[in-house]
Amino acid sequence: MPQPVGAESEARTGAAGAKLGMWLFLFTELLFFGGMFLLYAVYRSRYAAGFHAAAAEENTVVGACNTALLLTSSLAMALAVAALRRGRTRFSILAQAATILMGIGFLAVKYTEWMAKIGHGLYPDSPVLLQRSHGEVLFFGLYYVMTGIHGLHVLIGISLIAVTLALTARGAITAERATLLENTGLFWHFVDVVWIYLFPLFYLVT
Amino acid sequence: MSDGNVSPAPGFYRDDGPRRGLAAWMMSTDHKRIGIMYLAALTLFFVVGVTIGVVIRLSLLAPGKLLTAQHYDQAFTLHGIIMIFLFIIPGIPVSFGNFFLPLLIGARDVAFPRLNRLSWWLYLAGAGVIGASLFLKGGPLDTGWTFYAPYSIQTRTQVSFAVVGVFILGFSSILTGLNFVTTIHRLRAPGMGWFRMPLFPWTLYATGWVQLLATPVIAISLVFIFLERFFGMGFFDPTKGGDPILFEHLFWIYSHPAVYIMVLPAMGVISEIVPVFSRRTVYGYKAVAFSSVAIAGVGYLVWGHHMFTSGMSDTARVAFSLLTFLVAVPSGIKILNWVATLYKGSIQVDAPLLFALTFIFLFSIGGLTGLIIGSLAPNLHVHATYFIVAHFHYVMFGGAGMAFFAGLHYWFPKMFGRMYAERTAKIGWLLLFVGFNLLYFTMFVLGLEGMPRRYFDYPPRYFTAQTVSTVGSWILAAGVLVILGNLLRALFRGRPAPENPWGGLTLEWGTTSPPPAENFTEIPVVSNGPYSYD
Amino acid sequence: MPQPEREVPIPRTRTLLLVWAALLALTAVTVAVARGRLLAGYSVLAALGIASLKAGLVLAFFMQLKYESRLLQWLALLATVTLLTILAGTFTDVWYR
Repeated sequence: MPQPVGAESEARTGAAGAKLGMWLFLFTELLFFGGMFLLYAVYRSRYAAGFHAAAAEENTVVGACNTALLLTSSLAMALAVAALRRGRTRFSILAQAATILMGIGFLAVKYTEWMAKIGHGLYPDSPVLLQRSHGEVLFFGLYYVMTGIHGLHVLIGISLIAVTLALTARGAITAERATLLENTGLFWHFVDVVWIYLFPLFYLVT
Repeated sequence: MSDGNVSPAPGFYRDDGPRRGLAAWMMSTDHKRIGIMYLAALTLFFVVGVTIGVVIRLSLLAPGKLLTAQHYDQAFTLHGIIMIFLFIIPGIPVSFGNFFLPLLIGARDVAFPRLNRLSWWLYLAGAGVIGASLFLKGGPLDTGWTFYAPYSIQTRTQVSFAVVGVFILGFSSILTGLNFVTTIHRLRAPGMGWFRMPLFPWTLYATGWVQLLATPVIAISLVFIFLERFFGMGFFDPTKGGDPILFEHLFWIYSHPAVYIMVLPAMGVISEIVPVFSRRTVYGYKAVAFSSVAIAGVGYLVWGHHMFTSGMSDTARVAFSLLTFLVAVPSGIKILNWVATLYKGSIQVDAPLLFALTFIFLFSIGGLTGLIIGSLAPNLHVHATYFIVAHFHYVMFGGAGMAFFAGLHYWFPKMFGRMYAERTAKIGWLLLFVGFNLLYFTMFVLGLEGMPRRYFDYPPRYFTAQTVSTVGSWILAAGVLVILGNLLRALFRGRPAPENPWGGLTLEWGTTSPPPAENFTEIPVVSNGPYSYD
Repeated sequence: MPQPEREVPIPRTRTLLLVWAALLALTAVTVAVARGRLLAGYSVLAALGIASLKAGLVLAFFMQLKYESRLLQWLALLATVTLLTILAGTFTDVWYR
């Protein structure tokens, strides 16, 4: 049971305050991924040919489908939040479940992509990779780190939505108390936005 | 003078809530308790950091005898990591910021009290991980607090665990910044518009933004170091096409704004103290408020001035040098306005003001030498010498450190309900001041004479100056002991403090010393500015 | 001092579906542009431009930034500008070596 003092501060902070806090957190995530994009940008500008050659190893169709999957999961999440705010709890639960499933699907596809590459000997510091040009070495290093950290965030998002799903089912998240779901939605959409940039940079570099 | 028989009002110390003992503190979400716990930890780490510093200076009297070259590297690395990540960066925000931000804006707590508690736990966790790293395979790291690649990737010392610890500390810092920014937006008392808010919260606001937008960049840099050590992607490895200078960019993109995380709240403390002890409203309140934001903003643009000799392009060097000169302007505005506030004021040189004046003096020296270092040509001469070491100790220790002591003496009565011995405080100050300048001013000279930093040994011609500096460290250490000892004694035997011993006009002085758990019996309604002396 | 709370309107299902369709369409466009030779020299720029359009749609309509307070919109801009700034600063080095 929270101390009365803290509870009053949280009440005055309110849903708007909690949303502000969530956006502030997302700004930190923007800068966190930003550091990775910075590295990518520098090495892309330096090793354009190597990046082009390495990107040919990527399966554009698979990547595009995965992109569509994640975009659709964002739709599902947005629908889940809207439904809850309208009091349509059952639909919201279904939509949250759909989001989770699509997120898992995204990770599964990613996993197969990684395994395929590793199977071809294309992983950091591998003898096969070190034979290739600097640009290709760095491309794959960035690929694993950036999609890996992104994937970690997808996993975190899935876990968070699993929690909100349970809380929605239990009646702890309602139309009047939707903040937790809304903020989780913000996180999920942010993870989607990062992928929106990752997709062309790793699959469509020409 | 000290009256051990009368206990001061217990205030929030009594309100344990549903728990007992240690749990009542460690599980507390009360910003005041969290602030006190942070204060205790910070002070402890400061003492540890000073001790390592004293050992380093001792070693330099007889190079190789006390510390081997390897141990010397580990010593200055640890000194830097502890002082920067465990003392100064959290420093004023987590101690005085936590305790006083809600009080100063007329709130009962911060916006997210449980997140605040998490920040505190993460701070402890980060400290624990760094401490553990000292005993794990490879031993204490020897890279310097700057972790430059490729050495940080190649060294067999325990870098990996240490960077995880610093990463956790960064998370703690981010959450504190997030909390304070939201608190200031959402929880100001009725009637307290932005321009009726005291200046310390203004600096906490600007600092919060730096914590939010800069810390993630060092977070990813540390992740890169960690991953490179295990997987070898080659990001900073020239043999794989990587560029070590890129690590420096990423590192300093955070670590330069970090110095504003250190110094902005310090300036906020000075802005609180100067009007009270000169009985005048702050000269140019709006200019001082905006300058906090300006320092944070422009300070974000100058990181390249740490890299002038790294191999960066000439274009970048000119750009960063110019921007570095720009950032001196808002700092100068603050100095001017503090001095103008003091001018023709009714000045009472009690310990808080003494430390605040010391800040103004020593920070000015540090800041002015920063302009020298920020100029491209002199930089070639002084980069990586003792001149740099002197510069940053003047601004960080002579600046933020003195402000920490200033805040400690100013708010001690409010936090603990006790008064300390004024004369002893001044004796401690004198020792600190004399020791500080002997220790560090000598380094300006040594640096210009060519003494490199981070070297465990040196040619005989530097011996006299090195000795003077070391003796300075002893006097400084004595001063620190006197100051802290004085306050420690006051904790148990100090005279009970009145509500408002200094005659301050900000909201924290309108409640008991120490404050009750709910801060105010009623949330105040504000109808004027914070320093309405005239 | 909490401002009077302005409720962000509940998005209509139709709006969300339209945005989703646009996102999928833009994904197809960006793949086509990359495959084609039309914008060869500007492919990265085009790709980033289309990505930014998609990101903008997600931010505006899924994350509802379009309907949020001016304050939040400005703060989002601040964070974005900060990222662009550090990129720019780094490139004053990288491009002119």
